[in-house]
Amino acid sequence: MPATDDIRTEEMLLNMGPQHPSTHGVFRVVIRTDGEMILETESHIGYLHRCFEKIAENVSYLQVVPYTDRMDYLAAMINNLGFAEGVEKLMQLEVPERAQYIRIIVCELNRIASHLLAFGTYGMDLGAITPFLHAFRDREKLLKIFEKICGQRLNYSYVRIGGVAFDITEEMLRDIEDFCNYFEPEVLDEFDRLLSYNGIFIARTANVGVIPKEMAIDFGLTGPNLRGSGVKRDLRKDEPYCIYDRFTFDVPVGSGENGTTGDCWDRYMVRIREMRQSINIVRQALAAVPDGSFIDKKASKTVKPPKGEVYHKVEGARGELGFHIVSDGTAIPYRVKTRGPSFCNISILDSMTQDGGVMLADVVAIIGSLDIVMGEVDR
Amino acid sequence: MNSPLFIALDVNHGTLPAANGANYFENLFVSVFGYSTAGTVLGAGLAMFLACLAVFGFVNVFALFAVWLERKVSAHMQCRLGPMEVGPHGVLQTIADGVKLTVKEDIIPKVADKPLFIIAPAIVFAGTFIRFVPLPFSQYATAADLNLGLFFIASVGSVEVLGVIMAGWSSNNKWSLLGTIRTATQMVSYEIPIGIAFVTVAVSAGSLSLNEIVGQQEGWFFNWFVFRNPFLMTVSIVYLIAALAECKRSPFDLPEAESELVSGFHTEYSGIRFALFFLAEYAAMYIVSAVAVVIFLGGWWSGIPAIDQIGMGQGASTFEVVLGILIKAHVLIGKAIGIVFVQMWIRWTLPRVRLDQMMYLCWKVLLPISLVCLVGSAMWDLAMGAFADSNEYFLFFIPK
Repeated sequence: MPATDDIRTEEMLLNMGPQHPSTHGVFRVVIRTDGEMILETESHIGYLHRCFEKIAENVSYLQVVPYTDRMDYLAAMINNLGFAEGVEKLMQLEVPERAQYIRIIVCELNRIASHLLAFGTYGMDLGAITPFLHAFRDREKLLKIFEKICGQRLNYSYVRIGGVAFDITEEMLRDIEDFCNYFEPEVLDEFDRLLSYNGIFIARTANVGVIPKEMAIDFGLTGPNLRGSGVKRDLRKDEPYCIYDRFTFDVPVGSGENGTTGDCWDRYMVRIREMRQSINIVRQALAAVPDGSFIDKKASKTVKPPKGEVYHKVEGARGELGFHIVSDGTAIPYRVKTRGPSFCNISILDSMTQDGGVMLADVVAIIGSLDIVMGEVDR
Repeated sequence: MNSPLFIALDVNHGTLPAANGANYFENLFVSVFGYSTAGTVLGAGLAMFLACLAVFGFVNVFALFAVWLERKVSAHMQCRLGPMEVGPHGVLQTIADGVKLTVKEDIIPKVADKPLFIIAPAIVFAGTFIRFVPLPFSQYATAADLNLGLFFIASVGSVEVLGVIMAGWSSNNKWSLLGTIRTATQMVSYEIPIGIAFVTVAVSAGSLSLNEIVGQQEGWFFNWFVFRNPFLMTVSIVYLIAALAECKRSPFDLPEAESELVSGFHTEYSGIRFALFFLAEYAAMYIVSAVAVVIFLGGWWSGIPAIDQIGMGQGASTFEVVLGILIKAHVLIGKAIGIVFVQMWIRWTLPRVRLDQMMYLCWKVLLPISLVCLVGSAMWDLAMGAFADSNEYFLFFIPK
């Protein structure tokens, strides 16, 4: 009789979350494990549901804007932009040039802030705490700039229907320029030295959590997660909104530099490279900010779109953020349906772990690389 | 019988320093106050008590210092200041935290195995603390100069694993259990490269007594064992890596991997029991560093004979002798803290490895390297004329 017959082994059902350091919010994964090996995972969401869509049916268009802040709270500017542009499309409203440029600047800065947090927390998921604090040092500079611009650090409500809430001064533009010069290339190079090309980091992320191109498209992945799998899809480039068609920038995609295309390292690296591109866009926009009005005065008071419906999508920090707005001609939206990128991105998790060969530490690495915000998953 | 291998294997033959003709009992319990003439049981008992007290005090003070140092090191590496409020530059912060931990509510989970749960931190702490016994703090300042010192440190260190397993198992928590399994695999595996590193040194030194090993490294710094031959240099790096794993320090902090296992085996512990685990961790950090200093980096010798000779001559006054011992204590502890700093530096720089990668490193990288070093070092010593007066040679036994 083999000796192993004497040893009684059994599978363990492990409840990861809703309160767990690495689930990035109130996310719960029930894991069936055989020791350190994962046999199956089952995601449970909904702990942060706040009925955004239902609330939107009960408040006026202007009042919906602050609620969009609380969806993807790490990139609130882009949420504001998505909703505001959707309503503007419905009203066929022309937004002043200056407001367009300001929107581009704050959205790209917000994308950097969001990616910085993704970079920092990903390092922390893998046990490196220093990159997290380095990322927060720089994110703090951005939040200070946002505070100067709109008085808020997280829930900005800055991009309004018809323009932006406040004008931007010369001093603020100078601050932004200083940040760009400080951040790129020195700090990003430092991040690469500290984490991106670290041997242990590559060993932990390369060939881990591979999402092939087809699988990524099947699951409706968008944003850096899709681009990490090698699909060159960026709404800013493919279906330009706002005034993105006026800027030149690259769309970084994963190429399997250290392993397989679509592994955790690729997804991580796409975000790092996107930060460089965002700085590039901000620099171009700063050089061309025109004078003029920053908001359509009429739209800032009353918003009453004609009867009809519109679907507008923007490239959020985590992927395609879509708003389907239905208007019945009153000041209150009839229906606002949101397509949250995090919600679609997290749906792939269970399929990634079911093939076996994934360890407990890899689950943390995979969740981190998907970069979800639970506020947007549950809304 | 003068072959190094014979001496290493015949452990009882290990040379004891001539301690004023003291008997075996006294050899075991000679106090930190040097080789006293107290030959009676009472004297030896008192000496033992004082030695324990001194070592215990040292562990506590060191842990306080090391926790503060760790916070400051991490803070400055992360562009922050760290504790600044309690005392100048927050030096008293750890004391404040210690007071907080002792007065905190002691929570024992309802479903925990109560006796095991209570005894586990004590075993972990004792397993770490007992390793201080043969560890020299300076010349003539060893709690007990065991002729099996190195072997003793390696063997009683395993008691700690037992305590960790008890803690994790008795907590009745799935995360703790996973942490425990990781700890058991990790600590048991990494004991092997550490053991082989010890044997490599013992073969070269011909002794397992830590005092004897240090004694052989007297003189200029190139007499230190790390510079004795290339194999010992390699094995010292193997030892440092394995020691990181043995201490459960990053990048091998899998047992308490915060982002994966919440807090590993001590998830359910709070208050003073948690403080014991914490204390044991920092004490273990000092132990592995001090052992590295003793067996590779010349122990209490500063590497500059002029400094080392203070208080060593025949006609040295009491003041000079005491001064010499104090200088040597500073040198040894200073070097050890230097290595502790390196451990912190590594912790705040690197991400954590995965379990399979950790096992790969141990069994397929460190173990073969250390075995090659063991054979290579013995061969080198034989070929170059082992136990010739090492002062005749420069680096790696290259004649001066």
